[in-house]
Amino acid sequence: MIEFENVSKVYPGNQVAAKDINMSFERGQFIVFIGTSGSGKTTCMRMINRMIEPTNGRILIDGKDIAKMDAVELRRRIGYVIQQIGLMPHMTIYDNITMVPKLLKWDKDKQRETALRLLERVGMPESYLDRYPSELSGGQQQRIGVIRALAADQNIILMDEPFGALDPITRDSLQTLIKQMQQEMGKTVIFVTHDMDEALSLADRIAILDKGELIQFDTPDNILLNPANKFVEDFLGEDRMNQARSTTQTVDQIMYRYPVTINKNQSTLQALSKMREHRVDSIFVTDDDGVLLGVVDVFDIDQRGRHNEPLTDLMKTCVYVPENTKIRDAIYSIMKLGYRNLPVVDAEYRITGIMTRAAVVESIYNSVWNEEETAEIVVPDVVQTTPTDDSVPPELQQVLEETESQEPAADQVAVTAGGDLK
Amino acid sequence: MIEVLQHYASDLLYKSGEHLYISMLGLLLAILVAVPIGILITRVPKIANVVVGLASVLQTVPSLALLAIMIPFMGVGKPPAIMAMFIYSLLPILRNTYLGVTGVDPNLIDAAKGMGMTSFQTLIKVELPLGFPVIMAGIRLSAVYVIAWTTLASYIGAGGLGDLIFTGLNNYMPPLIVISTIPITLMALIIDFLLGRLERALTPRVLREVKST
Repeated sequence: MIEFENVSKVYPGNQVAAKDINMSFERGQFIVFIGTSGSGKTTCMRMINRMIEPTNGRILIDGKDIAKMDAVELRRRIGYVIQQIGLMPHMTIYDNITMVPKLLKWDKDKQRETALRLLERVGMPESYLDRYPSELSGGQQQRIGVIRALAADQNIILMDEPFGALDPITRDSLQTLIKQMQQEMGKTVIFVTHDMDEALSLADRIAILDKGELIQFDTPDNILLNPANKFVEDFLGEDRMNQARSTTQTVDQIMYRYPVTINKNQSTLQALSKMREHRVDSIFVTDDDGVLLGVVDVFDIDQRGRHNEPLTDLMKTCVYVPENTKIRDAIYSIMKLGYRNLPVVDAEYRITGIMTRAAVVESIYNSVWNEEETAEIVVPDVVQTTPTDDSVPPELQQVLEETESQEPAADQVAVTAGGDLK
Repeated sequence: MIEVLQHYASDLLYKSGEHLYISMLGLLLAILVAVPIGILITRVPKIANVVVGLASVLQTVPSLALLAIMIPFMGVGKPPAIMAMFIYSLLPILRNTYLGVTGVDPNLIDAAKGMGMTSFQTLIKVELPLGFPVIMAGIRLSAVYVIAWTTLASYIGAGGLGDLIFTGLNNYMPPLIVISTIPITLMALIIDFLLGRLERALTPRVLREVKST
């Protein structure tokens, strides 16, 4: 665990690079420090391996104050990757990779074995060991830079905008690689960047810094959904936040809260009249506690239920989703798998709401039209069928059609169901 | 000319030896002193300017005057001449050592330190190898200067090829002046060449290519 306790750094000339920073993170996490230039993000990172000493406060690694450790030994236990790559131009790739193992006086065979294993891990052949850094491309050089930071089996890796100078394609592949390696090897990575996309895609937790202050320290999802202040909002940008809402919000935030349900002990005819009253084509059957048992739709009653059979005989099982399902997964089920609607249940399987195509439209509408607040949904007459054309703004009809046209079969089912009832 | 060459052949050989001895000993001492000082002042930037400035002042003293100044302190002969040559070679070596070490990409120093190298390890493994071509340039420059200036050391009785040149001058013997100047020039070229080969041998393949561009 790494802890910052009231850490401050003031440079000569009263330039504040870190102001009373408190945070802590567990081992094995991918931590991203993000901020504009001058935000103190690099200073904060470099204080961890004592390349910069804090003016006040202390930093603890696994409960031990690093100020009391030997700085050189501390640095040998912490991997270090910089934007300028920093491979030694006068040393071969082999000598570069084994720099820290050599300092630690590892056995020669172990050094070589480590170099080969890591080189293979980043997809480079053994023949590269005898080359010099200038004979490699920028992306290859930074791969070596990354494995050099892992060669002595360091548990903590500091990375200072490591991919900032690389072209986008190389950067993408290196981001994927570093994230994979971090998870495989269970390393703690502290990664500095000014690129929000990079931060969101890599981080387990993001620390947002501005003018030396820690503004927010949280998971990417939480930051997107609850930005701490205007600065964070601006930093994220409206597009990302809207997109995040649709992809990270859960169904209970947009579902219709009053699904039409009926107790299993009631009769088929009672069910039919309730369906008529609410103008729906199907009804959810629950037990006395409100636990979802199944669904009865009007066609089944039409064909088999005319003799007032018990509801439980007509009832079919139905697919449901828990309340914490992400909206994007619910959209996938509805749009791609063709479910007309999805009952939403809580932890005890009690039905609490229903996701319908209309709710999906709301969600897409909000992300397309950048509407800040999720619209409060008034229960309409017809809640369990697809709304008819006049209830959707004309400009959205197209959006809806585009989405639906990918799956004509599902579209048809829903429209027919709605049409029959009218 | 041939006559003169035959007459002075053994002298020429002996004086060349003396010449080489004075200049190379002066150079060697200068390397032994200037390189460590040059490195030292990179660690204490505040005094760097003072030290380099001092060496520059020594460099501005006219060579003949410097040799003359040595006499009250060290008398005549080889020691004061070697001392003078030492003082002359100091500046180029000192300055180039300083520039060579400080000219190493700060990112590399940062990487070396960040990975856990001590200041001394950084110096030995990173700064000196990378600053080496610049340091060598200073040494080569000093070598050529010193070989030329040693000629004047003849004035304070140090010997060397200067003796023959001044003999030629005093007796108006142009052939003697020519045949004793040629070895000096050759000596300078050969020493520079040898130092160049040494530098090449000690520089990794890729850095050589970079340097030649």
